[in-house]
Amino acid sequence: MARLNPGSLAIAQEIISRYPVARSALIPLLHLAQEQDGHVTEEAMAHIAELVGVTPAEVMGTCSFYEMLKREPVGEYMVNICNGISCHLLGSSELIHHAEATLGVRPGGTTDDGKITLEAVECIAACTEAPCLQVNYRYRNRVSTADFDQLVDDLRAGTAGVAPHGKLAKVRQHIGDERRAGVAVPDGQAQPAWLARNPTDAESGS
Amino acid sequence: MSEPETVVNITVNGRPVQAAPGEWVIAAAERAGVYIPHFCYHPRMKSVGMCRMCIVDIDTGRGPALQPSCMVAVSEGMVVDTASEQTRKAQDGVLEFLLLNHPLDCPVCDKGGECPLQDQTMAYGPGESRFVEEKRHYEKPIPVNSLVYLDRERCILCDRCTRFADEVAGDPLITFQDRGDQTQVNTFPDLPFSSYFSGNTVQICPVGALTAVPYRFKARPWDLAEVESTYPNPMGDRVVVQASRDQVLRYQGVDSDAVNWGWLTDKDRFAFEAAASDLRLAAPLVRGTPLGQPDHSGRELVEATWGQALGRAADAIQSAVADKGPQSVAVLGGARLTNEDQYAWARLAKGVIGTDHVDAQLDDGLPADAVLGLPRATVNRACSPGGTVILLAPDPKEEQGTLYLRLRHAVANDGVQLIELTPRATGLSRLASFRLHHRPGEAAAVAAALVGGDTEAAADGDIGGVPAAAVAAAAAAIADRADQPVTVVLGRPSLAESADFTVAAADELARFANLLSAGGRPGIAFLPVLHRGNVMGALDMGLAPGLLPGRISLADGGPVLAEAWGSVPTASGAGARGILQAAAEGRVEVLILLGADPLGDFPDQKLAAEALDGAGTIVASDLFLNPSALRAHVVFPAAGFAERQGTHTNLEGRITSQRQVVTPPGTARADWAIAAGLAGRLGADFGFGAAEDVWDEISRVAPSHRGLVLEAIDAADDGVVATDSSISFAPPRPATPVPPVDAYSLRLVAARRMYDRGTLVQHAPSLAGLASPAVLALNPYDFDRVGVEPGADVRVISSAGEMDTPVVADPGVPRGTAAFGYNHPDRDARDLVDPEAVVTDLRVQTR
Amino acid sequence: MNAPAPSDLRIITSRFDTDDGHTLAGYERTGGYGGLRRALAMAPADVHGEVRAASLLGRGGAGFPAGVKWGFCPPEVWPRYLVVNGDESEPGTYKDRLLMERDPHQLLEGCLIACYALGLSQCFLYVRGEMAHAQERLAAALNEAYDAGYVGANVLGAEDFSVDITLHWGAGAYIVGEETALIESLEGNRGMPRLKPPYFPASIGLYGKPTIVNNVETLSNLPWIVANGGAAFAAMGAESSTGTRVFAVSGHVAAPGVFEVPFGTTTFRDIIFDPRYAGGMRPGRTLKTFIPGGASAPWFFEEQLDLPLEKAAVDKAGSMLGSGAIVVMDDTTDVVEACHNVVRFFARESCGKCTPCREGTSWLEKILSRILAGQGRPQDLDLLMDVCDNISPGVSWPPRQTTICPLGPSAVSPIASALERFRADFEAYLPATAVSVTTASGAAP
Ligand SMILES: Cc1cc2nc3c(=O)[nH]c(=O)nc-3n(C[C@H](O)[C@H](O)[C@H](O)COP(=O)(O)O)c2cc1C
Ligand code: SF4
Ligand code: FES
Repeated sequence: MARLNPGSLAIAQEIISRYPVARSALIPLLHLAQEQDGHVTEEAMAHIAELVGVTPAEVMGTCSFYEMLKREPVGEYMVNICNGISCHLLGSSELIHHAEATLGVRPGGTTDDGKITLEAVECIAACTEAPCLQVNYRYRNRVSTADFDQLVDDLRAGTAGVAPHGKLAKVRQHIGDERRAGVAVPDGQAQPAWLARNPTDAESGS
Repeated sequence: MSEPETVVNITVNGRPVQAAPGEWVIAAAERAGVYIPHFCYHPRMKSVGMCRMCIVDIDTGRGPALQPSCMVAVSEGMVVDTASEQTRKAQDGVLEFLLLNHPLDCPVCDKGGECPLQDQTMAYGPGESRFVEEKRHYEKPIPVNSLVYLDRERCILCDRCTRFADEVAGDPLITFQDRGDQTQVNTFPDLPFSSYFSGNTVQICPVGALTAVPYRFKARPWDLAEVESTYPNPMGDRVVVQASRDQVLRYQGVDSDAVNWGWLTDKDRFAFEAAASDLRLAAPLVRGTPLGQPDHSGRELVEATWGQALGRAADAIQSAVADKGPQSVAVLGGARLTNEDQYAWARLAKGVIGTDHVDAQLDDGLPADAVLGLPRATVNRACSPGGTVILLAPDPKEEQGTLYLRLRHAVANDGVQLIELTPRATGLSRLASFRLHHRPGEAAAVAAALVGGDTEAAADGDIGGVPAAAVAAAAAAIADRADQPVTVVLGRPSLAESADFTVAAADELARFANLLSAGGRPGIAFLPVLHRGNVMGALDMGLAPGLLPGRISLADGGPVLAEAWGSVPTASGAGARGILQAAAEGRVEVLILLGADPLGDFPDQKLAAEALDGAGTIVASDLFLNPSALRAHVVFPAAGFAERQGTHTNLEGRITSQRQVVTPPGTARADWAIAAGLAGRLGADFGFGAAEDVWDEISRVAPSHRGLVLEAIDAADDGVVATDSSISFAPPRPATPVPPVDAYSLRLVAARRMYDRGTLVQHAPSLAGLASPAVLALNPYDFDRVGVEPGADVRVISSAGEMDTPVVADPGVPRGTAAFGYNHPDRDARDLVDPEAVVTDLRVQTR
Repeated sequence: MNAPAPSDLRIITSRFDTDDGHTLAGYERTGGYGGLRRALAMAPADVHGEVRAASLLGRGGAGFPAGVKWGFCPPEVWPRYLVVNGDESEPGTYKDRLLMERDPHQLLEGCLIACYALGLSQCFLYVRGEMAHAQERLAAALNEAYDAGYVGANVLGAEDFSVDITLHWGAGAYIVGEETALIESLEGNRGMPRLKPPYFPASIGLYGKPTIVNNVETLSNLPWIVANGGAAFAAMGAESSTGTRVFAVSGHVAAPGVFEVPFGTTTFRDIIFDPRYAGGMRPGRTLKTFIPGGASAPWFFEEQLDLPLEKAAVDKAGSMLGSGAIVVMDDTTDVVEACHNVVRFFARESCGKCTPCREGTSWLEKILSRILAGQGRPQDLDLLMDVCDNISPGVSWPPRQTTICPLGPSAVSPIASALERFRADFEAYLPATAVSVTTASGAAP
């Protein structure tokens, strides 16, 4: 639990292979580390630094910029209540107060049982469904306080059908070698063949 | 069609200004005398336009608009207004923003008095704060490494230190972390900013966020007297020496276009601590009784007067010359002295005593003819955009820090292609176009192939351990760019192999000169890198066997110098190794050590010890009582850097001035004065009253320096490069053969690192701890072959000795090679290097 | 949920009613990849020509014509990249996520068409990190499309047209929606914007190479445009705002929703009040103000209701359609709180690179918090405006800026709008003594 395990490492290598420059894979790899351990450990950052050829400090610089990448352990479920303007207009503050009272934590805090971390977040692009929230980045729309209580019960009971924190998409992109076009490295200077084929096309850019 | 523009006409505050194409507005304005306030902009780094302090009204034809002058290039007809109402309001606003969270603790801040933020605030800032909220708080200064503290509350997030670490030094170990108004500069937890160049971040920090541990709370800027000078390293870095109450407190780099661009290594920046050490010699010492009485038979070193010390030394020299002839006197060292010191000692040795057994290098450099006899390059030539650099030298990052920064910049930003012709990876490898890492001792074969020689690849397709295809590709790349300068950085890549191999490789490359310079092309030139500060001056001043001052041989220059000096030796003398051998055999009556410590610094430690045992009288002139000086009969306390006037010669042959800023400790004197004093005792009056007098004589009698008057040197921005030389390059022929390696051995590469057992490092408390014991490094693939595990403690055996050491994996070490540190504390490659052999092979065993 | 209002002019949300529109089978069945097939039969330049003819305005916020932007790639510099901006994070904005979740193949087809037309050698699909479902829908679509030969080596068997589309995801940072920050982020860096000029992506973008950055909705229009011709697209909507646009109407309306409508013909009044769309205010409530184009946009009021949803008209009226996010506030709204909410967003999302935004937005937020906490001082209202002026000199529209990117000035919009219109609401928060002192002597205590 710390550096990427062999399974994660294999995925990491495939992710890196999709980019012309390895460093581009940094954020996906940090997500991968978070998927493995629930948060991004320092050891994982150092490992990722090795994999993409940068220093751990550079990985930290990137990692710490992004809100979703947690460098401290969080609960099994991140409950992110939207506090964007549309949700605010439709009662997100009340929902957050209710959540604080129900869970006994302030936004940013984790319940004693380690199950739930509460956050008040900025707009999550479901504005017509206000007030809304995300549990481990899965939406719950038009959430009433009763809905919220039910959600907490389900989460505690393990019946909410939500994967533990860190796991994002259930489907990963996979490019089979035979179908791969191949990365376009920035120092390869060739004009793509399909443009070169038609001489008048070269001028189409201007 | 018109000629390509060479000048761009703009208007700054109503005045016409001529700018260079591509120049930033801020730079053009500043050249025209209009200062635009700024924090993030730094002329030696990429503009980021972050702080927004430099925004001014710029009109490119679409009406004036606020734009960052640090990131807008001049364009024809552009109108710049740095004083408009809109500009002033915007800059005031930025300044207010910067001060919101700033602690305003100027009275306790090292930067107070020289702080651009403070200055701006005084000049433009609002009178009182409109910010009533609580300021950001961080833990007060945190160490980013053992030399530099960071106070994040003072930081204005200008990105200078972080950009320096990444862009300039290539050590991105401090970065921005977190986001928005929580953004901070920091390291990775428990991974310090271990960079040889970290002190530069303190110098360029526009506020007091980064402070240097050795300087913290030592002085206030207004107490400091400062003088521009030249730091005595081979690069000749330009520095400002700052002192207070007769004590040097700080060196700051000076942005010299030709040399160091304002940068310094930490080793040089913080070496001022050593100069102030309590252990500095402050009075002459002679042998005496335990009661402090000078007495020839005495076993102790006791303080003496200059008269007594000079008298003893002169007596010893006189009787040696009388009994055994002038050749029984030998002079070792002097590479750290000023040109004037070196000249005076050369004149004393060669013109007065009459011995040519004189050598400033300690058998760890290159023959003088390889330095003075090959076409010489400047750093700017090596770094000229689009050119080619062949690195046939030790790792510049370890040994020539500011040259490394210049080369790094050239390769990373100016399209210079770097070809490494080294026995292992260097600090530049990541950026190199070709890494030809040859087997120790076999650089010449690779060089020959590189320049189109007819070397056959070995059966395995290798040349000197390098794949023939890689050599061919590099050769093609050189040919491709033959219309641009090719520069060879030339030095001793490993002290475990004979210098002959490097010379032979240089010889191969030099043969290429004709070809490359055909048709008016710039051709090939050499930038010699050697160890010890003013080693180039020493060669120029004749502190080498067979040489006289002015880059002329004893044979050619004899008549010229004899006229000025009275006489010169007739026969060439021995080099350092020959001198120590003679001493060991009892043939040296007087051995003079000029800032040289053979016991600590000579590659062949056994020979050095025997030599000191066998020498008659030992006379040392030094800053410290080093192990060799401890054995001396007479010790002169010498004035060091910043304690005397003089000139310095860098690896390009560039001559610049050094200035006296403080008085030397006790009665210590400049070496030229010590030499002149001794000469007087020996009946020769040099007539030197000051260092300037010595230079005056040099510029009259040294052929290569003739007419180079001090006024001209000081008037030029970056000093003057002496280019004449009448020495011709004479490599040994036939070349020294390399013995084959057997399948069970590893061939040794021994190289220095920046922090070692050297005197200055060890006498600077802040640096001493940075030197670490050497460990053996092998290619990861060699562990199986030799049957040891990475990280294990192993026994290493060579024909010269054996040693226990940890072994580590390092992919930068080629297969079949082993790397070990030279002159490290505790474990040192010298205990393994076989001085009799041209290469050293090792066997590694588990313990 | 979110069923778009019926309209016969739906182009990009046409599959939203189909259960399997997100699968390859469902997509192919409804005419999917027809545009790509048609494009491949044309010369690349002609495909570009169709997009020019369509006058397709970018849907990411700035509304710059895609066909024109495509023409800015310097000739003879290769490779060129395509970066899809799927970072949708502007408060109020909600349409790209739906397009990615419900019709991922349409977006992929758009990407392929753009790559073909411009010689873009690789495509990166940057999806907002928080959108797990959109990511898996796109991943699944990509896997299907690769297997079926639409993406990757030899697209649809073409001998020389091969393009990889790499799904990339963000990790929570609004600023990464700004195109140069998006590129930084895609390079593995902190998402801090680059200065334009010189860093216009079309000339110096990803890895320093020419890069086209387009919004998800912009690209989703391409299959239709190529299949039906640019002229057909241009015939829809208003003259300078062609085609359709997807608007999200949220806040205090009876029926919040996402609606695809002809661009430039419908008015704000229609989309807010028409029962086919948001259905008007909640019972018994009246309109106080509305944000016409995402949190960055200056607010509109009653008197702007009859403006058409058309770029030029809205620009002229002093705001923008931005990202198609209409946020409606009724008479129950505490505008000081609403203003604080939006300013807090920008303060929290400032990347921290440039001083005026980093320090200015957080200062604005602190002052507003203090006012809300009853600790305002009379001079705070002028101070707010002066700080705004130091971020965006003149506080005018379109904004001028002392900052690197438009995020800083975005925080100015809500303050300038609310304070000008509802100054009394702000003053009501000031402690009584403070206000009376101001009126009495004009000086602060
Ligand atoms: C602060 C800021 C945030 C932005 N966020 C987004 C965004 O989330 N999605 C988007 O497509 N464009 C966003 N943009 C606009 C992009 O910079 C860019 O103009 C757009 O992606 C171009 O695509 P288009 O031409 O297809 O509209 C943002 C711009 C700014 C200044
Ligand atoms: S305006 Fe704000 S978000 Fe934009 S670059 Fe400056 S600090 Fe970053
Ligand atoms: S000096 Fe130009 S923005 Fe900082």
